[in-house]
Formats: sequence, C-alpha cells, structure tokens
Amino acid sequence: MRYLPKSPADREAMLKALGRRSVDDLFSQIPAEYRLTRDLNIPRQMAESEIVDFFRQRSRENGEGYTSFLGAGAYAHYRPVIIDSLISRGEFLTAYTPYQAEISQGTLQSIFEFQSMICELTGMEVANASMYDGSTAAAEAVMMAVRLTGRRSVVVARSLHPEYREVLATYATHQGMPLSVVGFADDGRLNLKELEKSITPETGCVLVQSPNFFGTIEDVAAIAEITHKHGAMLVVSIAEAVSLGIVEPPREADVIAMEAQSFGVPLGFGGPYCGVIATREKYVRQMPGRLVGQTVDKEGRRGFVLTLATREQHIRREKATSNICTNQALVALMVNIFMNVYGKVGLKELARQNLAKAAYAAGQFSRHGKILFGASPRFNEFVVQTSEDPQAINDGLLGHKMVGGLPLKKFYPELGNAALWCCTELTTRSAIDTAVGLVAESERVVSSAKSVSSTKEDVEEVAR
Amino acid sequence: MKSRIRKASLQVNQNEGLIFEKSSAGKAAWKLPPLDVPEVDAAKLLGSAERKDLGNMPEVSEIEIIRHFTRMSTWNYAIDLGMYPLGSCTMKYNPRVNEAVARVEGIANGHPYQPEEISQGALQIIKTLSEQLIEITGMDAITLQPAAGAHGEMTGLLMVRAYHQSKGNARKKILIPDSAHGTNPATAAMVNYAVENLKSDSRGMVDVTALEAQMNEDVAALMLTNPNTLGVFEQDIHKIADVLHAKGGLLYMDGANMNALVGKVRPGDFGVDVMHLNLHKTFSTPHGGGGPGSGPVAIKKALEPFLPTPVVITKPDGTLGLEYDRPQSVGRVRAFYGNFGMFVRALAYIQANGPDGLRQTTEDAVLNANYIRKGLEGTYDLPYSTPSMHEVVFSDKLQLKKGVRTMDIAKRLIDYGFHPYTTAFPLIVPGALMIEPTESESKEEMDLFIDAMKSIAEEVEEDPQMVLDAPHSTRVSRLDETAAARKPVLRWKPSS
Repeated sequence: MRYLPKSPADREAMLKALGRRSVDDLFSQIPAEYRLTRDLNIPRQMAESEIVDFFRQRSRENGEGYTSFLGAGAYAHYRPVIIDSLISRGEFLTAYTPYQAEISQGTLQSIFEFQSMICELTGMEVANASMYDGSTAAAEAVMMAVRLTGRRSVVVARSLHPEYREVLATYATHQGMPLSVVGFADDGRLNLKELEKSITPETGCVLVQSPNFFGTIEDVAAIAEITHKHGAMLVVSIAEAVSLGIVEPPREADVIAMEAQSFGVPLGFGGPYCGVIATREKYVRQMPGRLVGQTVDKEGRRGFVLTLATREQHIRREKATSNICTNQALVALMVNIFMNVYGKVGLKELARQNLAKAAYAAGQFSRHGKILFGASPRFNEFVVQTSEDPQAINDGLLGHKMVGGLPLKKFYPELGNAALWCCTELTTRSAIDTAVGLVAESERVVSSAKSVSSTKEDVEEVAR
Repeated sequence: MKSRIRKASLQVNQNEGLIFEKSSAGKAAWKLPPLDVPEVDAAKLLGSAERKDLGNMPEVSEIEIIRHFTRMSTWNYAIDLGMYPLGSCTMKYNPRVNEAVARVEGIANGHPYQPEEISQGALQIIKTLSEQLIEITGMDAITLQPAAGAHGEMTGLLMVRAYHQSKGNARKKILIPDSAHGTNPATAAMVNYAVENLKSDSRGMVDVTALEAQMNEDVAALMLTNPNTLGVFEQDIHKIADVLHAKGGLLYMDGANMNALVGKVRPGDFGVDVMHLNLHKTFSTPHGGGGPGSGPVAIKKALEPFLPTPVVITKPDGTLGLEYDRPQSVGRVRAFYGNFGMFVRALAYIQANGPDGLRQTTEDAVLNANYIRKGLEGTYDLPYSTPSMHEVVFSDKLQLKKGVRTMDIAKRLIDYGFHPYTTAFPLIVPGALMIEPTESESKEEMDLFIDAMKSIAEEVEEDPQMVLDAPHSTRVSRLDETAAARKPVLRWKPSS
C-alpha cells in the first residue's frame, strides 16, 4: 500500500523486537468470534490515475459547465487562486488544533487575525475561531442567548433560511426551548406588529436573518428596539457575507451568527463551510467554540494561545457551553485569505458589483414577471413570481445549461409560483439576458395557452 | 550538555507582524472586471442600510499576503514534517490525491440546490461512501450529515432518544466511562440526558459488574469508546452489549479509535447499535489546524426511521435523489448534506487502500503503537499492563520524582523535532502521556522518537530544570496562558 512506509523486513524486525510471531498476535485481545476472517467487501486498491478518473466522471455528472442563478445560503463568488496555494501548505493543511502553542503560532496568529477581521466587518467586539456552518452557528447562538437571559423561549423569523430553522428546531427540541415563528409582511421584511405580539416575558431571544432568505434587508434597528424593550436578546444570522461590504452590519444585535462561505469557500455541494459567532465582550464567557487570545512568552515576546477553555467540553464536560470540539479551521483560513485579498476597499467594490448585477437582473425580470417585495432594500437576491410553475421554467432552462432560481413552493407555498434568484459578480449580463429571455418566452407560452384554453371554454359555453 | 537531538536542527525563520500592521491605504490584492451592467447608486437602493465604512480592514498587496501566510506557516509543526503522535487524534498522512479530486470542477463547484438530474455525481459519491462505511463498520444504515465527531455524537444520541421515545419512554440518562472524551458528557447534556459516570476496572476496561448494578430502565445508552482511550480493546464487549440490551438500552460507540479496527473487526458484529466515525481521523481527511471534520453516524436497522433528513435514495427510474419525507426523522442537524468535501476525500482514501490496504493500515497502526510501548516500557511508567491496540498510555510517575510532569516532557520533545503526544488525558491516568503513532510512521521515525523520549528521561535525571524550561528552540517560549485568560485580548485594535 503506497501510503505505508514499511518494508516487509521492517515489519518482521518490529515483530521480532516485540517477541511476536505474527501481527495477528497483536489482535488476540479481540474475542475470536468477532474477528473478521474475510476481506471487506469494497473494491480493490485503485491506482491514483483511476481515482482521478472516477472523480472526473462524477464531476461530469454534477452540473459541470452550467450557469447558475442559485444562492439561498450558498453563493458562487470568485475564489482568488492564492487561497488554494496557501491552504495547501502542509503546515496549515496537516496540523492539528493548536494546543501546543509554541509550534502552532502560524495557525494561532492567523485565527487571531480572522477573529479581528470578523469583528471589524460585523461591528461586534469579539468573534470565535469558527463554528461548523451558518445553520449550527445560529442554533448555538440562540442557545447562548437563552443561557444569558435565563429565559427559554425563542422567536424565529419565517424569513430565516428554512433549513436553518429546521436545524434550530432539532437543537431546541430537547433543550426545552419552545419556538414560535413570526411571519413576514408584504414588503418581505419581518412583520414587526406580529413580532411585538410574539414576544413574551419568557422570550430569551429573537432570531432573524439579514439580508433575509428573500435577499431583503431587515430593519434591524426597529427589530432590536422591540426585542430589547422586552428584555430579550437579538440574534442576527448573516448567510451572505459579501453583503457586509455594502450593507450596514446589524450593530444593534447582541449576537451575530454568520456563514462565511461567500468569502472564498467553494460551493462544494453544501460543505464544508464556515460558521462564526460574534458578540459583545461581556458575553464572551457564554460563547461556544474556540478562541485565540494574545499574550506574551517568558521573554515578553508577543504570542498567541487558545484561551478561555474553561467554557469548553474537554474541561467542563457536561457543563460546557457546547459539545463543539473540531471547528472549521482550514475553511476559516480560506475566509481569512479572502478578506485580506479584497480588504477595506475591495470588499466594498465586490459588494457593489453584486448589488448592481442583482438590480439589473431584477429590473429585466420585472418586465416579464413580478418582483416580490420589490420596494424593500435588498442585496444580491430577489424573488420572481411567474404565472408558470418555476420548476417547469427551470426544466426549460436546464436544456440551455442554465440553472434558474430556487423554486420556493417547498418552503413557502403561500408565495405561489415564486423563485429566489441570485446574481453575484460572476453572473454576466449576457447570462442574465438569456435567462430573462427564456423566462419571458415561457411566460408568453403560458399566457397564450391560457388564452387558447379560455377561448375554448368560451366556445363550449356558447355552444351549451 | 552535548546535544542528543538527532532529528531536528535550528534554522532561521522569518518574523512577521499582524497583517493590520502592514496595511496602508491604496495597496490592494484584488482586481474586478469592468461592470457589464449599469452602475447603481447604493444610497438610493439601500437607503439607511448602506454601509459607508469597513473599519480597519487591511489593505495589502498579493505578495505581502503570500509572504504573510507562508511565513506564519513555517511556525507550525505538521504531519508533513514528521511524527505527530497525538493520542486519540489519529494524525495520519493526508494523501494529496484527496485534495486534487476534491478540487475537480463539478465536485468543488456543485451547488447544494442544483436539480437532482445534474447532481448525480455528488449523490453517487454520497451513496458509494455510505455503502462502504456500512460495510467497514458492519452496521445497517448511515447518515453523513454531521459536521464533526461531536456533532455525530449529538446526532447519534438524538436517534437514541427518538428510538426510546417511539417505544413510549425516552429514558433519563447516559452511562459514560470515566475514561471517555469530554465531548461525550457534553453531548449527552445537549440532548437533555443526565450523565452517569461508570468506573473503569483495574485493567482500564468497563467494569461489567458495576455496569450490571448501574443498568436499569432509566438508562438510554452507554457511550463507549472502543478501543477505549487507554488504547485497550474492551474484551467484555459482548457482555457489555448483553447487559444493555437485556434492559432495553442501546450501545453507542464513539468511533474516535476506529483506526485500530478497520478490516480486522466490525462494531456492528460485536453488538454496537449506534456509532460515529471521524473521517478526519480514520479516513485521512486533513485536520487543517482544527477542522473541518466530518462525523458520519452508522446505525442498526431499528434506528433507521430516525435518520436526519434528507436521505439519499435510488428512485424508481434508477437515478439518485434526496428523500425528505421521513415522519420519524430526528430532523436536520445541519443545512444541506454535511461536509461533502470531506466525503470526497474519505472515499478517495478508501479507494486507494482497498480491502487489503485498509487491513494492512490497521495492522501497521497497532504494530507501531506496540513497538513504541516496548521501546519505552521501563523508561516511563505504564499504569495499565493490558495489551495496547493503536495507542499506548504512559504516565509521568517516574519523572515526577524530579518535579517534571507530562507537559514538561512534551515541551522538551518539541526541541527534538517531534510534536508532543496528548498530555493529561485520559483523566483516569494522572499525568498521562497518550501516544498514537498511526500507521504513517516508518521504523526509522519511531526509533528516533523512542531515542528522543529516552534521552529526555535521562535529561530529567541529570538536569530537570532544563526540561522544565523547554522548549528552547522555538520562536516563542512557553506562553502566559493565565494572563491570556484573565485579561483576554481577542482581537487586534489600532493603537491610539
């Protein structure tokens, strides 16, 4: 086996040193009746070239070469090439969690910089070293707020990513955390009157997303005011990190739970991504996840260490703030490098391009379908309502190697024939025009079919 | 004192400040193409939601970013540099073909919501890996959704709870041996189970008599790591399973140490009902400085209705699809389908090994641990004489006479060019040195390690202060962790 650095002679010499005749002697403590006496039923060893071929083949069956208008919590942004060159360095790729600080300063300093940049972007005072993803970060942030307020019930926006809501429901079930859902108003933003009514003296926190699942930017200040008035905490989820380049961060929030995938992390069919929690300094001891802090060594030189570990499972066991152990360090490193590449000016320009592309696309679509929540501010996603079922429209687009917006019927049946479209800096004007043209064509076919059938009905009625 | 360090020598390494300290206005590492749609007025579109200032985000050039991260990388130890014997972490070689195939266009750029008809490649990868992990573990079904081991534990216990609930009683507690990882009790608490400690016997194994006494209808499951954290196979595993099953309880196996078993014995065959795997341990996906992981949960048939949604299924037309309509499911534990990129890498690893390679891997891992045990027995105290599987646990009892503890020996090992072993764990061994070489180490590397450990033991006798002051060759010496925790500085701020 090519990964194993031993010759048969080495193995023999080692067994001899152990006074063993065969390697099976080393497994004698396993009761004989359980030992496997056959080969595992998996394919034979493959050569590297065969493995590469296998995955190239799978790649061809996996949307290779399609133009996509999908967002909804997973965004296609350009990934600068230096991200992969840097994270491929074995010293980052093949290191463990930086428990031994003296030989982990590279990982530790880079996490410290990551935390610092997340604070700059979110307007929060502290950020952790990462969580699994945006959905689990939101659930953990809610549990954190519940611990801090000592109140157990949670109010969740219906405009929060539906899968984030599902994850929260899973986490909450056995924590004794009743959830109630607040709907969205006609403008696609949280229904503030309903929010006011939903908050009770038992409400520990309110969880909203901004830009929300429809791409609409919430009035966080107004939501915060209502939430805080009732003594609850506000948790804001951010699924599209690039929005932070041009959309004011939810500074009024108490906790921000982010998905940073947009910052240089491949779509990768849904993961691994990079969750992050950011909050106020005074809440840090209830924050889950790893934290890196600055300190000095014996000679007074600046250095970095994992710190505040007394919150964590390996010290606190069942009293820990979370069971999280492994996080997403290497993915956080991608995010970190991306933030450095774009920086203070580039992130803004990048976000501005996203804003412009989506504004242009929404404008074009509005000539053939209805843009829902069109009057509200939004970032790079928008909802198009059509007379045809978007699933059918998308089937047509697929033939042109295009993936249309996400049909929303599964999550929001009340919106009818609606789909969530996303444009990023990678979406070209010509792709937008083609997609708009195809949707327009489909709408024309539907409306003419409708007029044909209505004419037929008229005729039948007259005949009767 | 003459240097006995053979593996490592000192080398100049570069100093590098924080990236913020390099930033100045007007530098940039980015370039966007010209906008091909009309410019927009952000103030008009966003109103008061428009952001004007990005605070102290850095402004640096590309070469500075490359040097910044490359310089910092040289301050890290890594598997690629040498033996990384962290017990219970399975720091094995991370094959590069795994990285290459994870970056193939359609695999790296697949959107989780793209239509099923153009997701067949990804679904096939999920299905193939699932089937192979089921075969390797001897279980009946699996979910790949959990993002890491601890997340897998939570998912597993959610299924345990749902299973008991379906029988009318969710039960109250989880039994956890005193040798367990900290994640086990933390997970039980997240799923709202009380934790009851189970004492180990003199062999470091579960005390079956104690288990019998503690087992009753309130116990939902026993969470057992096997081999346990002492690297010892639970010989009474069948009795343990019987005791649990007789009272309707389930056996949960923490698969952190699966690297000792693959191809030699299957948990499903010795009575395990639920288990998680760590793809980043046993199946070679990179640790990446602390993640991403992936923690699939394999289960027996009786728990299948409770799997998280969605589940990959074969549709009547033979294509693959995702099934969401599963009324007894515990729900979702993560958005989308899990850390898919790690599935790709794990599958590539299994393919490269085949059945014979996986078995040889396990045998070499166990051979290596026993070779180290033999080499260091007598030099370091071995608190449990029970046979070792893939890792061996010593204690610092002998060195403590000179005031030197496991952490000090670990720090001195750094000077010898090795990453330390796991210190002070498992908790049942005071001053533990937990050593897991994995199969990736050659005999030469392990001989160097054994020599280094023996040499340190001599240094402890001759000059304990030198060991207490270690490491001596790193760019920073021991850091003040107390100060870090007392007055936390968790972010950079401009000096005003």
